[in-house]
Amino acid sequence: MEVLTPRSLREALLVKADRPDAVAIQGGTDLMVALNFDRSRPATVLNLNEVAELRGWSRDNGTLRLGSALTYAEAMRSELAAELPALAEASRTVGSPQIRNRGTIGGNLATASPAGDALPPLHLESAEVECASVRGVRRVPLDEFVTGVKRTVLAPDELISAVWVTPSGASQTFMKVGPRNAMVIAVVSLALSAGEELRASFGSAGPRPVLVTAPRAEADTFAERVAAAASPIDDVRGSAVYRRHALRVLASRALERTMG
Amino acid sequence: MRVSLRVNGTEAEADCWEGESLLWALREQLGYPGSKNACEQGECGSCSVLFDGVLVCSCLVLAAQADGHEVTTIEGLADGDRLHPVQEAFLETGAVQCGFCTPGLVVAAAYLLERSPEPSDEEIREALSGNLCRCTGYEKIFAAVRLAARSQVGREGRG
Repeated sequence: MEVLTPRSLREALLVKADRPDAVAIQGGTDLMVALNFDRSRPATVLNLNEVAELRGWSRDNGTLRLGSALTYAEAMRSELAAELPALAEASRTVGSPQIRNRGTIGGNLATASPAGDALPPLHLESAEVECASVRGVRRVPLDEFVTGVKRTVLAPDELISAVWVTPSGASQTFMKVGPRNAMVIAVVSLALSAGEELRASFGSAGPRPVLVTAPRAEADTFAERVAAAASPIDDVRGSAVYRRHALRVLASRALERTMG
Repeated sequence: MRVSLRVNGTEAEADCWEGESLLWALREQLGYPGSKNACEQGECGSCSVLFDGVLVCSCLVLAAQADGHEVTTIEGLADGDRLHPVQEAFLETGAVQCGFCTPGLVVAAAYLLERSPEPSDEEIREALSGNLCRCTGYEKIFAAVRLAARSQVGREGRG
C-alpha cells in the first residue's frame, strides 16, 4: 500500500490521471472501516485532506459552491443552514459529533449509498456534482450522477471537487426513521419542500435518487405519490412494506411541517 | 512510512503501515494507550481524540492523515498532576464503572464544555451521543458533565 498526499487540486488530479485505481480518502468515515476490517486493500490511497481548494463553501451570485470536503458539522452551521435548511437537518442526523466533524458531502456522494443522508436534501434543490480531472471540469445533475446502489458516473481519473446548488428558498425539511436519533443508518429518509410546487426525494427506499413533484393544489395525494414512487427492498434494517408505509407517514408529517 | 505529528504538545514520529489508523499509531507505536480500541468503525467513541482541536474517532483517521497535525488524547487533558475538571467530576459523581468508555467520554465532554461552557441537558445528550457506555446507564455521566460545567464556570467566576 501507498499513501499519496497532494497539496493542491491540480496535483491531486495529476495523481488520479496517473493512477486511476487510487482510492480517495477525505473524512475516512467509510474507507477506514473497510481498511480496519480488512475488506479493502487499495494499492494506492489518495489523501485529499491537504487540498485546500476542496474545503468550505462560497457564493457566486445566487448559487452556492459547496467544496466536496465540506463536513456535516459545517453544513449545520447557521449561515449555510439558512440557505439549505433540509441539508442542515439531514447533516444533524448523521452519526455522532465525531462523525459529523470528519464526514463530508463529497464522500457521501462518492459512496453513493441509497442511505446517504446528504443526497435527498441536495437532490431536492437540483444540486449538480462537479467532477474534475486533468481533462477538465464537468457538472452532472445529482440524479444523473448516481446510477445505482453505490454506483456513479465518476470516471476513474475524476475526483468530486464540489457541489453546486441554487437554494430555492422554499420551506423544506428532512426526516429520517431509525432505532434511535444518533448513529443511525436510515431505515428510510425523506427531504420535502413546499415552494411553488411540492418536491420530495427519499433515501433508503430505492437504488438511486428519485424526485417526486406535484402542484401545491395536489397536497392531499402527495404523500401517497411519494410512497408509490419508492422501490424499497427487504433488508436487515427494515422490510419493503414498512419502508413504503413509513415514507407515506413521513411525507404527511413533512407536508404539515412545511405548509403549515 | 514516517508520520510526524504533535501529540499532547510533544513532537512525535511513528513508523506506520500505510493502512494504519491514527488510533493504532497512538496506542501501539507512540505509547498513548489511553484511547481505547473497540469497534474500529466509529460507532462507540472510545477512541475519541481532538484532531487539530476537533473531536474525532481516531480509528477513522488514517495515521498518514495526521502527518503535520496536532492530536490531543486523554493523556493530554490533565495539567501535570492537576486533573481536568471533567476528570475530577467523573471521579466525584462516580461516572466510571468498568472504565473502558471513560477516556472517550471525558474527551467528548471536555470538547463540549470548551465550545459550550453551560450546556443544556439536551446539548449534553447530543454531544455524547457518539460515545457508548454499557455499564452506567449514562445518568452519572450526565451528572458529571453538569458538575464539570458548574465547577468550570465557578472557577472562571473566581478568576
